[in-house]
Amino acid sequence: MDRFLETFLNPVVMAQYTPDIIAGIWVTLQIAAAVIVAGILAGLALACLRSYGVKTLNFFIICYADIFRALPPLVVILILYFGFPSIGIQLSGPMVLFLVLAATLAAFAEEIFWAGFSSVEKGQWEAGIATGLGFTRTLTYVALPQAVRLAIPPLVNRVLAITKMTALGSAIGVSEILSSATTAQSFSGSATPLTMSVAAYLVIFLPMVVFARWLESRTAWKKR
Amino acid sequence: MDIFIDQFFNIDIMRQSLPLMMSGLWMTLKLCSAVILLGLIGGLFVALGNMSERRWLRWISIAYTDLFRALPPLVLLIFIYAGLPFAGVNISPFYAVVIAFLLNNSSYYAEVYRAGLISVAKGQWEAAQSTGLSTVQTLAHVVLPQAIRNVLPDLLSNTVEVVKLTSLASVISLSELLYNAGMARSVTYNASPLVLAALIYLVLLWPLVRLVSHFQRRLAA
Repeated sequence: MDRFLETFLNPVVMAQYTPDIIAGIWVTLQIAAAVIVAGILAGLALACLRSYGVKTLNFFIICYADIFRALPPLVVILILYFGFPSIGIQLSGPMVLFLVLAATLAAFAEEIFWAGFSSVEKGQWEAGIATGLGFTRTLTYVALPQAVRLAIPPLVNRVLAITKMTALGSAIGVSEILSSATTAQSFSGSATPLTMSVAAYLVIFLPMVVFARWLESRTAWKKR
Repeated sequence: MDIFIDQFFNIDIMRQSLPLMMSGLWMTLKLCSAVILLGLIGGLFVALGNMSERRWLRWISIAYTDLFRALPPLVLLIFIYAGLPFAGVNISPFYAVVIAFLLNNSSYYAEVYRAGLISVAKGQWEAAQSTGLSTVQTLAHVVLPQAIRNVLPDLLSNTVEVVKLTSLASVISLSELLYNAGMARSVTYNASPLVLAALIYLVLLWPLVRLVSHFQRRLAA
């Protein structure tokens, strides 16, 4: 047991690398916040555009959403990070991570909001337009509030899954939590920094998981 | 434009890397079948624990799902692969991936099953048991088939996530599709193998993604 504690919870190593891990937490939080805002807004914009029913435009929106839901984000990250410099586009690691995760979240958010729009009855659209609101205002004032309310529980789950992917930044040298921890691990020769990273992720994400569970149980109750 | 095609869609380089990619694909498929199968089975047990009448069992399974849904799968993988050897537990990359993703997936699958089990009305349990079926029989013949049918789109979309997840194995140098593509890229200094890997993932997963959307639309209608 002593050896176990010495390896995974060594206080000396902990004290030494706490600043690094905290710096990593900061990077993770910043990228995660940017991804959440950009991804959700882009997804919502795409879903709104799609509701206008322009055929060629919708074809591209659907293709985009399909492709980014089907591709593993790490593949896209590697293509942008290692491939693009050779055609003269140099993007920093954090930028690549942000772009890919935001694009992925946008694809899922588009589908979730679109499902919300589809569930608004046709009669409501007709009623809105008949009262002279016009399509755009019917969309904003009638359909959007209902779609957003329906979208929230699945969206929270998806946001959670995608913000956790900030850990992929460690593959392209973004100094977020995981890569600070693996660097610290190789310098210290101790597994303690890895334990610290696990603890850091739990502190950030466990409240979100619990919140998502609460949100789901609340909506499940309403359905009955 | 020429340089773009040369760098990303270079047919010669794609053809050269094809054998390597195919062996990577084979590893990816092996990983997927292990992780999906074990995840589906493990998740069912966790979900049943969650529905149990015994409070301690419920608590354990809730703690399990929340814990492994809060941890990024890559963190779990690195912890198991790079951390456990410090405790004298050495695990091959393949098993490290299987164990890490099993812990992750079974908790996601468990949540899906749970939603399905809740969706089956309580009267079905009572009716089945009153006809003399045991708990296991009720579950296997009456409740589970309905539960699974109700959450089929979610099971499917979770499975898509599992396949995408296996690409993380490249981080610990397991020679699956993405790792081999990365190797081919660093040898040729050309991103075409990575694009080829992306295309292979699309061929595998696009039909499934379409199917998920189709199911969801049908449920919404």
